[in-house]
Amino acid sequence: MAERFIYLDNAAATRLDERVLEAMRPYFFDTYAVATSEFGYSQGIEAREQLDKARGFLAGALGAAPQEFIFTSGSTESSNIAVKGVALALLKKKGSHIIVSKIEDFPVLHSAQALERQGFRVTYLDVDSEGFVDLDRLRDSITRETILVSIQHASQEIGTIQDIEAIGRICREKGVLFHTDATHTFTRVPLDMKKIAVDLVTVSAHTIHGPKGIGGLCIRQGTQIAKWVDGGFQEFNLRAGLENIPGAVGFAKAVELVAPEETNRLQQMRDLLIDRMLAGIPHSILNGHRRKRLPQNANITFHYVEGESITLHLDMHGIAVSTGSACFSRSLEASHVILGIGGDHERAHGSIRFTFGRYNSLEDVDAAVKALAGIVEQLRKISPLGKEKEKEEA
Amino acid sequence: MKFPYTDIVLEHFRHPRNVGKIENADGKATEGSPACGDMVSVYIKVDPKTNTIANAKFESYGCASNIATGSIITELAKGKTLDEAKAITWQQASDALGGLPKIKAHCSVLAVEGLRSAIQNYEERHGLIKEKVPTTVEVVSQRLRRVVNPLTGLNVVRTNLVQDIEVKDGVITVTIDLPGDHQFANTIKEEVMEKLETLWDVKQVIVKFTE
Repeated sequence: MAERFIYLDNAAATRLDERVLEAMRPYFFDTYAVATSEFGYSQGIEAREQLDKARGFLAGALGAAPQEFIFTSGSTESSNIAVKGVALALLKKKGSHIIVSKIEDFPVLHSAQALERQGFRVTYLDVDSEGFVDLDRLRDSITRETILVSIQHASQEIGTIQDIEAIGRICREKGVLFHTDATHTFTRVPLDMKKIAVDLVTVSAHTIHGPKGIGGLCIRQGTQIAKWVDGGFQEFNLRAGLENIPGAVGFAKAVELVAPEETNRLQQMRDLLIDRMLAGIPHSILNGHRRKRLPQNANITFHYVEGESITLHLDMHGIAVSTGSACFSRSLEASHVILGIGGDHERAHGSIRFTFGRYNSLEDVDAAVKALAGIVEQLRKISPLGKEKEKEEA
Repeated sequence: MKFPYTDIVLEHFRHPRNVGKIENADGKATEGSPACGDMVSVYIKVDPKTNTIANAKFESYGCASNIATGSIITELAKGKTLDEAKAITWQQASDALGGLPKIKAHCSVLAVEGLRSAIQNYEERHGLIKEKVPTTVEVVSQRLRRVVNPLTGLNVVRTNLVQDIEVKDGVITVTIDLPGDHQFANTIKEEVMEKLETLWDVKQVIVKFTE
């Protein structure tokens, strides 16, 4: 049906860059041995060296030392290890109170809920209408029992970038560990652990044209964290399991390939899309902050129409996006992020998220804006809502 | 390409039949609410001589299965007697569409209920209700369970938004626990009025707000 496939769901998964695949290839076919100690056999030693090289590079990208970076299977596991690992380590020593924001992504949110069922106390911080955590409220929520604050660097859905520098300062002042999920900011928005008082950082390769199934957790030296994926002694005895060497090498390559110019280009696409949609499609509003947002993310609610209907029509035009509508999700629940910024179900119902990546161009923005304008108009003709308002304005 | 719906569903989704309002409809009803998710309005024109549905139209604020079901249900209803049309089930609508995903039942069942409610609305307005039960607080409360609280997506009775119901000499007074200038005050008021004013022994419906 469609001539070209336009993929605007890069927050969910990205197309692998061929150069990443090329970098990984030798570690599937030539150097496929387990990483051994320096007293192992040559292929194992070579594997170990590549793993360490990738680790050093990735740690460096976060301003951390190699021994502060562990590989995981992706950001879900990283955030699980961070939240549950700190909880296990500090429960008896310090307390059982955890603070997260209401709009965390599921790995943190559901880890917190799982701990709550085990008897931990969790504070779910409200955010304002643009998605920001209130710093005073955060400060007031920290008690002597608090062991961890986990607040996402930027929302995968509405794009809002939190002031993690200030959050880190507050946590440091109060002597509480701070974890941030940087899955969507890593390489796109600066995060230097030398400058920012963050103790644990979740990252992943799948958002930056790296392979799926590899992520990392940066753990500041001296952070109290318990191991709970038991098995061998891999990853500084913090996460057991055979090392994914092709994945680690691919992850490092993917990070190496992200250039600031590219991020600027994504931001241009984002801004053009937002400006044209808001100007050209009546009754549309931006979700999240206009400027303090992920360079690759736009999220717009089109009033009086439903998101799954929009995504299906867009799919027929060969355009892939995502929506916060309950009808689209597996759980049939409206986006907790849009509800969290004080939106009602109606705002979530018609919200569409566009996320850009390396393989998008300004032509894609143009195609998306044109397709959307037509689709929204068509669906509004069917909709019982909004007609009075249009009459008033006419 | 791989779509999650049958070709018939997609065809009705892309080119829905019978879209729009019927001016001076003989019966009309809205199911669901903008704030909770899907919503569908159904309008019917009835031929009083034959008691058949002369025309049926719908409007949808919903997902693909909601739109497709609105389209097929209005097609199925046309030409049927009121009793036949009332008996159309979700399963029949789904079968006519070549099958709907089970998980989407709740979005698509709204259109089926919308048709039934539109017929009921016609019957009430034309004194065709056979068993005339006097309206009580309980009857009102039951009806209000079909009005959704936009703040939660659950009905206004369950979420304690209805503070008080009074039925006296054919006048129903419903008090809603919201300020009158609340963003949803008007929507709720309209829905409450719509659900109650057709009751056979009701002369007036008053909706009050607490502030």
